[in-house]
Amino acid sequence: MAGGDDLKLLGAWASPFVTRVKLALNFKGLSFEDVEEDLSNKSELLLSSNPVHKKVPVLVHNGKPICESVIIVQYIDEAFAGIGPALLPSDPYERAIARFWAAYVDDKLVAPWVQSLRAKTEEEKSEGLKQTFAAVETLEGALRECSKGEGYFGGETVGLVDISLGSLLSWLNATEVISGTKIFDPVKTPLLAAWMERFSKLDAAKAALPEVDRVVEFAKKRQAQAAAAAAASETK
Amino acid sequence: MAAEGDLKLLGLSVSPFVVRVRMALHMKGLSYEYIEQDLFNKSELLLKSNPVEKKVPVLIHDGKTILDSSAIVQYIDEVWAAMGPSILPVDPNERATARFWAAYVDDKLFSAYVGINKATTEVEREEKVSEMLAVLEQLEEAFAKNSNGKAFFAGDSIGYLDLAVGCHLLWLKAQHKMFGVVFLDAGKTPLLEAWAKRFAETDAAKEVVPDTGMVMEYAKKRQAYRAAVAAAAATAK
Repeated sequence: MAGGDDLKLLGAWASPFVTRVKLALNFKGLSFEDVEEDLSNKSELLLSSNPVHKKVPVLVHNGKPICESVIIVQYIDEAFAGIGPALLPSDPYERAIARFWAAYVDDKLVAPWVQSLRAKTEEEKSEGLKQTFAAVETLEGALRECSKGEGYFGGETVGLVDISLGSLLSWLNATEVISGTKIFDPVKTPLLAAWMERFSKLDAAKAALPEVDRVVEFAKKRQAQAAAAAAASETK
Repeated sequence: MAAEGDLKLLGLSVSPFVVRVRMALHMKGLSYEYIEQDLFNKSELLLKSNPVEKKVPVLIHDGKTILDSSAIVQYIDEVWAAMGPSILPVDPNERATARFWAAYVDDKLFSAYVGINKATTEVEREEKVSEMLAVLEQLEEAFAKNSNGKAFFAGDSIGYLDLAVGCHLLWLKAQHKMFGVVFLDAGKTPLLEAWAKRFAETDAAKEVVPDTGMVMEYAKKRQAYRAAVAAAAATAK
């Protein structure tokens, strides 16, 4: 690691966007200070580092903040270009494809999935899940194309899209525990199911991904809180 | 150097995302075949090139398809790195900052003015206008912080963030004419207002940005389309 580099990650253990940055740092072999934020009582450092969104993750590198998970991952790849493996391919066309699919993961998979988790009605929930599964099917095709017979979206090695999608694994597993739903169904999307197995075995992934049990507990608590809030508002 | 025939762009002249790509192509001095799309009646080529999202812009280079305006601009910058000015800054920190604000604008600015277009009541429109003004205030600050007293977000000449923000100006102008709202005000956002004027004067903008009449015409077309869809839905019930 480059001497004198101070890396702080302002994060929250349950956030897949924070996990995403941890994955990138781990794959690059970079050490960093993992700062856990209390999101109900945000630190001065967080608020001054991300005044626009006030969200985690924020990577603070030698005192300078970088925000937004996909932007942070690309920053890590560029600022530490000589260190560890490259997270983006060197060919411009393949880089464009990686950027497209990384954006797709957030816009078309994560967004509707979060909607289904937070849904207040059955209709909202099933619509969110429908869109999530449609995106998963598309990603199966993307994996087939991008991997070119190798194990990852990045080909032989992990890349930006693997990191973007991989950051969701604990939550995917937690969803299966809580609702029985397998988002990466091994029958419908065999490549993604195999990819998920393969990715979770990597040391960098094991170190970054939160424990599934912990996420299950967290999700259940959140659901209970949401249900209580809904019930309370109905009795008014 | 790419000659015509090597580069094709499927676009819509009034789409900010297409304008952004065309400005990037212009900055690099590249010739390309521009194919205007009818989004109400999508072409075979568009549906084949972008089956996932069926949207423009689509850049086709030597038969390879590149999607998503931000990815396309970065692609252009990287493939033709040796030609013309650098579109993205060189420093990783500056690149991250440019990408951050570009993402912000595409999310918050875009959704605000789309909301203004789609609003069916005055109240709704007022809400979206307030959102828009709040976003522009943020951008004013961002400009102050990032331009270092220079003419553009990127410095002495336009760069990635200028393209990312500037491509949306055509809609702000059109909405000013359609709804009378003043978005860029020498009183509230003096830096942005001055920057917008300079942006409009650049060769790239003059070449590529459609005139306001065209934008307004398209807005009316979209309005009529939405009304027709709503009417059909109402009578189908």
